[in-house]
Amino acid sequence: MDQDGLYQRQVIERARAPVHAGPLEGATGRGEGTNPMCGDRVRIGVWLDADGRIGTVRHQTRGCAICLASADMMAGLVAGQDRIGAATMGRDFTALLQSGQDGDSCPELRVFAPLHRHRSRIRCATLAWSALEAALIEAPAGTPVGETRDG
Amino acid sequence: MDVSPSVMTDPIDALRDRRADFPILGETVHGRPLVFLDSAASAQKPVQVIDAMADTMRTQYANIHRGLHWMSERTTDAYEAVRDQVAGLIGATAREEVIFTRNSTEAINLVAHSFGSLMRPGQAVVISEMEHHANLVPWQMLRDRTGIELRVAPITDEGDIALDALERLVADGKVALVAVTHMSNVLGTVTPARRIADIAHAAGARVLFDGSQFVVHRRVDVQAIDADFYTFTGHKLYGPTGIGVLWGRRELLEAMPPFLGGGDMISSVSFERSTWATVPHKFEAGTPAIIETIGLGAAISYIEAIGYDAIAAHETALVDYALQRLAEVPGLRVVGAPAERGGVISFTMDDVHPHDIATLLDRNGIAVRAGHHCAEPLMRRLGLSATARASFALYTTREEVDALASTLTQIRGFFV
Ligand SMILES: Cc1ncc(COP(=O)(O)O)c(C=O)c1O
Repeated sequence: MDQDGLYQRQVIERARAPVHAGPLEGATGRGEGTNPMCGDRVRIGVWLDADGRIGTVRHQTRGCAICLASADMMAGLVAGQDRIGAATMGRDFTALLQSGQDGDSCPELRVFAPLHRHRSRIRCATLAWSALEAALIEAPAGTPVGETRDG
Repeated sequence: MDVSPSVMTDPIDALRDRRADFPILGETVHGRPLVFLDSAASAQKPVQVIDAMADTMRTQYANIHRGLHWMSERTTDAYEAVRDQVAGLIGATAREEVIFTRNSTEAINLVAHSFGSLMRPGQAVVISEMEHHANLVPWQMLRDRTGIELRVAPITDEGDIALDALERLVADGKVALVAVTHMSNVLGTVTPARRIADIAHAAGARVLFDGSQFVVHRRVDVQAIDADFYTFTGHKLYGPTGIGVLWGRRELLEAMPPFLGGGDMISSVSFERSTWATVPHKFEAGTPAIIETIGLGAAISYIEAIGYDAIAAHETALVDYALQRLAEVPGLRVVGAPAERGGVISFTMDDVHPHDIATLLDRNGIAVRAGHHCAEPLMRRLGLSATARASFALYTTREEVDALASTLTQIRGFFV
């Protein structure tokens, strides 16, 4: 079946068995991305450590395989980044989706490159990143050390 | 060799030659022949429509209703002839009852605005749970503007309007209008229009049917269903975009104030006051979609030449066949099981999101729609965020349904 490289094994597997899905108890930042075209929705919960670095990200996603895999991979990749680092990754990812060209800060995300030929689906992949952006605006740095933050 | 009569009269094959009328069906997508199963969103156009519009622009075009010259008079005749065609198509008794709008959405907005302005706070409009946003949002806007009440008739789990609940909703006599679809664009449900009209009328309400989908598949008779308003949209009926129809009973249209103001809809204008033209012109402000209207006329001629009997027989047989083929796809669930279904089938597949289904079908040349189909409240009622939808037209073949079913089986295998 012709699928234009859109659904690489890694994407399908992540969508089927996400590792960062679920609510994040004690999240200090929450954000949501929705696509009114289709009703897909990603909710992100995040907390930042005392240095302003992302501790844990979890997502609750109602969406297609692309949307789910993208949210789950993002949650893993941005841990340890500060706000600027996460924003840069998000920008590079969007550039990758638009051009199909590599050269971004996250080689793992290249599995989504074929989306540049499917403009109507790009939003599926960026939904989680918009939700993260909203969550990071809300999240204060400096979460007390020692508190359990894992949902 | 003997050709059995059942083969000769197969209603699906009976329309096969008509495919040649639709040039676009010869196109390829991603290197594969186009299998177009998204006609409920908008249908493809036969060469008869394309030519009628191009010929108008080439040989017989001017503004209408205002020129005293030959070209304007001829073009006015061509435009007004379509009003007669529409009246004939839907069984209107007077051509003046046919109003041209931009689409079905505008037709419903016209009624919400103009009929709505005659309603008083405390009165109500009833819609159903399975309305397209086009037959929902205008009534919400009316409610918020004027303080009328908006009531929603529930549907059954099968996807039919719950008529007993509808009866209760109109029982207090406050309902001025029942506005419901004549065929659902999501579930394919054909609604029992005459019974709905009887329920509305018994409670002193008027009734509007959104015929955007129905008119494509079955003959409408506004007298037989006892409608007060009926709307449809040209582009789903093999006509062009930009032209729709509102039919309304003359006494209602005459009592209603205009919708848009401007040229063509007046009888006299001074700075102090203007008086309105008579119907239908009162509701057709400004230069209308002349070329598109003529295109709609060509589409109606095309359909009448094939005949609704053949169209409905083709569609009924094709829907039966498709339901049978889709039942063989593992994990596939058809949404709704209405008492009567037109050529629309929504479905979901375990573990595969409708978007992924639509993208993968598209890669294989098959166009379907995925999403909420402009019916978000219905999706919520069904407990779904989206469905995939295959919809059929007179040019759809059995082989296209086969391609859909077998590709869906492959997609499912790919994900599971
Ligand atoms: C049932 C129904 N009503 C109304 C509409 C609106 O049609 P249009 O967008 O042409 O106004 C549609 C089509 O999208 C429809 O399927």
